[in-house]
Amino acid sequence: MAPKGKGTKAAPEQSVTRRDFIHILAGTVGGVGIGATIWPLVDQMNPSADILALSTTEVDLSQIEVGQSILVVWQKKPVFVRHRTQQEILEAEATPLSDLRDPQTDQARVEKPEWLIMVGICTHLGCIPLGERGDYGGWFCPCHGSHYDTSGRIRKGPAPKNLFVPDYVFVGDDKIIIGTTET
Amino acid sequence: MDFLKKNIDKIVGIGAFLILALFSFRVVLFLTFSPPEENSFMATAYEGLGIEAAPVVDRPVEHPRQMEWSFDGRFGHFDKAAVRRGLQVYREVCSACHSLDLIAFRNLTEIGYSVGAAKAIAASYQITAGPDRFGDMYERPGILADTFPAPFDNPAAAAISNGGKAPPDLSLMAKARADGPNYIHSLLTGYVDAPVDFVPNSDTTTYNPYFDTWEIVMPPPLFDGFVEYEDGTEASVEQMSKDVTNFLMWTAEPNLEARLTMGFSVVLYSLVLTLLLFLSMKTIWRRLKP
Amino acid sequence: MAGKKNTGIKGIIDWIDDRLPIFTLMDEYVGPAYQTPRNLNYWWNFGSLAGFCLIVQIITGIILAMHYNPSAAGAFESVEHIMRDVNYGWLMRYIHSNGSSLFFLVVYIHVFRGLYYGSYKAPRELLWMLGLLILVLMMATAFMGYVLPWGQMSYWAATVITNFFTAIPGIGEWIVEWLRGSFAVDNSTLNRFFSLHYLFPFLIVGVVILHIWALHTKGSSNPTGIDVKKGTADTIPFHPFYSIKDLFGIGVFIVVFAVFVFYFPNLMSHPDNYIQANPMSTPPHIVPEWYFLPFYAILRAFTMDISVFGVTLIDAKLLGVLAMFGSIILLFFLPWIDKSKVRSATFRPLYRIFFWVIVADLFLLGVAGAMPAEGLWIYLGQFGTAYYFLHFTVILYLLGKYEKTRPLPTSISEPVTK
Repeated sequence: MAPKGKGTKAAPEQSVTRRDFIHILAGTVGGVGIGATIWPLVDQMNPSADILALSTTEVDLSQIEVGQSILVVWQKKPVFVRHRTQQEILEAEATPLSDLRDPQTDQARVEKPEWLIMVGICTHLGCIPLGERGDYGGWFCPCHGSHYDTSGRIRKGPAPKNLFVPDYVFVGDDKIIIGTTET
Repeated sequence: MDFLKKNIDKIVGIGAFLILALFSFRVVLFLTFSPPEENSFMATAYEGLGIEAAPVVDRPVEHPRQMEWSFDGRFGHFDKAAVRRGLQVYREVCSACHSLDLIAFRNLTEIGYSVGAAKAIAASYQITAGPDRFGDMYERPGILADTFPAPFDNPAAAAISNGGKAPPDLSLMAKARADGPNYIHSLLTGYVDAPVDFVPNSDTTTYNPYFDTWEIVMPPPLFDGFVEYEDGTEASVEQMSKDVTNFLMWTAEPNLEARLTMGFSVVLYSLVLTLLLFLSMKTIWRRLKP
Repeated sequence: MAGKKNTGIKGIIDWIDDRLPIFTLMDEYVGPAYQTPRNLNYWWNFGSLAGFCLIVQIITGIILAMHYNPSAAGAFESVEHIMRDVNYGWLMRYIHSNGSSLFFLVVYIHVFRGLYYGSYKAPRELLWMLGLLILVLMMATAFMGYVLPWGQMSYWAATVITNFFTAIPGIGEWIVEWLRGSFAVDNSTLNRFFSLHYLFPFLIVGVVILHIWALHTKGSSNPTGIDVKKGTADTIPFHPFYSIKDLFGIGVFIVVFAVFVFYFPNLMSHPDNYIQANPMSTPPHIVPEWYFLPFYAILRAFTMDISVFGVTLIDAKLLGVLAMFGSIILLFFLPWIDKSKVRSATFRPLYRIFFWVIVADLFLLGVAGAMPAEGLWIYLGQFGTAYYFLHFTVILYLLGKYEKTRPLPTSISEPVTK
């Protein structure tokens, strides 16, 4: 009578025999291959080389007057670049940390006090806050009413964190490269 | 051995079919590449079938000279020094007319330039960018993310300045022609005086036996010593042509080396896996009573 | 249900299977429950290979679609973006383009297996026709897919093929404009081809399911062509015997596939497709992909109109189009043209010769399709076309009726002498 194959596993009363070794080996080697194949299928969705080349943005500061802000794009995100007035700087430095939901000194958020550079995305749910608005002389997010101060720190409203300060580095006095700390 | 005996007729049959197919393929190749005036069998066949042979062509288009390139074969790789020299030839000779739209300055780090050197090459070009805050386009030095700027703003401008035919983009040229690298090299080094009996159709073209209509709009682009190589290599026409061919093969297929390297592992792995599956199969089938 | 319930994993399987019998289904289709003839040879591997190709094409296709830009302005550039900037993009693209060629190679061999062993005969006629439907859908899919890179061949092949429909008398021109969405092949054409190219493979999956269902209803045929008796020494369970054999076949196929993808990725494609489409400049030779060449030869074989007393009844162009579609439609009727009671060519010595001749003829038609329509090749293409139709009508009919076949064995388990 022809044996009725019940699969590659041995009958219950026998343990794995030497003959089964080849099946286990073939299966394992095949499994390794499938695993190695999965990586390219996943990695192809990661940002492509041309996107990664745009990971830094250069900004010319020479045209920005005191009290003026511009909006630049870095990694497809809006970035506020503000030439702060002396009053804004003093206000930011004088705020006690106990007043802040996300305590951070102003000095920790800037390289040079007159230049404030931050990602213009509200840390609540991602809208772009409006500048020179709000109760703290900084930014106001119209979506759900978050108020940021002259250092971009959250003071009132639902946002949990201060506006994010990206890596940037000064090249000379009037140029910055956002997205890196190396020139 | 048993396997052979049981299946000998199938083996002979398949073998015979393969030989027949290969033979007929070879015969077909022979027939197609031998027009009636060169092949008496074809001439008779044509006559017998009452076919008028196609107008006899004085000379066939030359087939490209077959060279040995570093990127040929299973273990092909780019001779990066040659590719860099080829880039220099492109920049100093070809880029006057031909664009290289698909290559970005950041790609130059793949052929041995440091990031700083690539940035310097990028910065040597003025790139049109914008619009700025005032709505105007402006010029700025290139950055790594930019692609090589084109010599002409659009195909019409390119055609007007080049005898009515826009010089083609070179990024994919090595793959856009049959036997691409050999063709490019033969074309660039193949400018010779036209045969006495050659009647050109146009007076704005140059004779080149490798070009498919023998009359090419591009005048000979290379002359000995035209370029002074940074690495000191002597810049003969042959040398510059080889280097720019290497360069264009890289621009057409920058991932060639990765492909061949991965290919080696994948084919080797697949052979091993197939062998294991074969053994597994035999083990299972041996369980069957004959 | 009476009896002791299983616990653990088996218990979960039983619980699901009780409510939706997918595990029973898998068992009956590829498991130990499916009884298969014990004598299947390697020509029977090509069905599972075709299924493997379909899955590979769908996976790589979906991935490519994540990066591809289906506009006339951006398509060519987006394909180069995939080749250069997308991680492993070049790999996905080369797998997909070579995969399509190998898919056709596998399916053609699968069809020739059917022709040789009489798999199309009763009671598997519907199985055969579903298979032909899959082939037709594949051809439509492949044609539209080739347009997507928007190279010179993409554009001009689309122009030539959509021009076919101008052959339809009266409404032809309108149909072509409707197909293209414009006065010529244009952005509108590309966009809709992209949409349909994404859709059709899933239609193919549906027909494949019907194809496998039809197969399992009557069971697999076998190289002798005689019916097997299930549950006797004639059959063996599909698992593990054919599951492992199919896996081995896939392994061999992957080796071949890898050699193409990694070492000869552009062998089966045309250099002109690395030139961006230029509607103002026709390439010197417009050639379809190799798997369409025999049909292209049939299309071009007709050079004379059929006219009666100076009135054209059917013009040459229409004849060509009808013959090209007819060459496939004819195959649907094969089970009724070839009425031989003997299925397998193993026992039909005369048919076997004509089988190899038609293979050679299709090879000849393929070469003719690649040549410019000049000189000797016109005649060879016409001869090949005439012979093709002669074979699938007159020759098969006569063979079916009059051939003296060899005696069939009583069962497949009995040794067969050749």
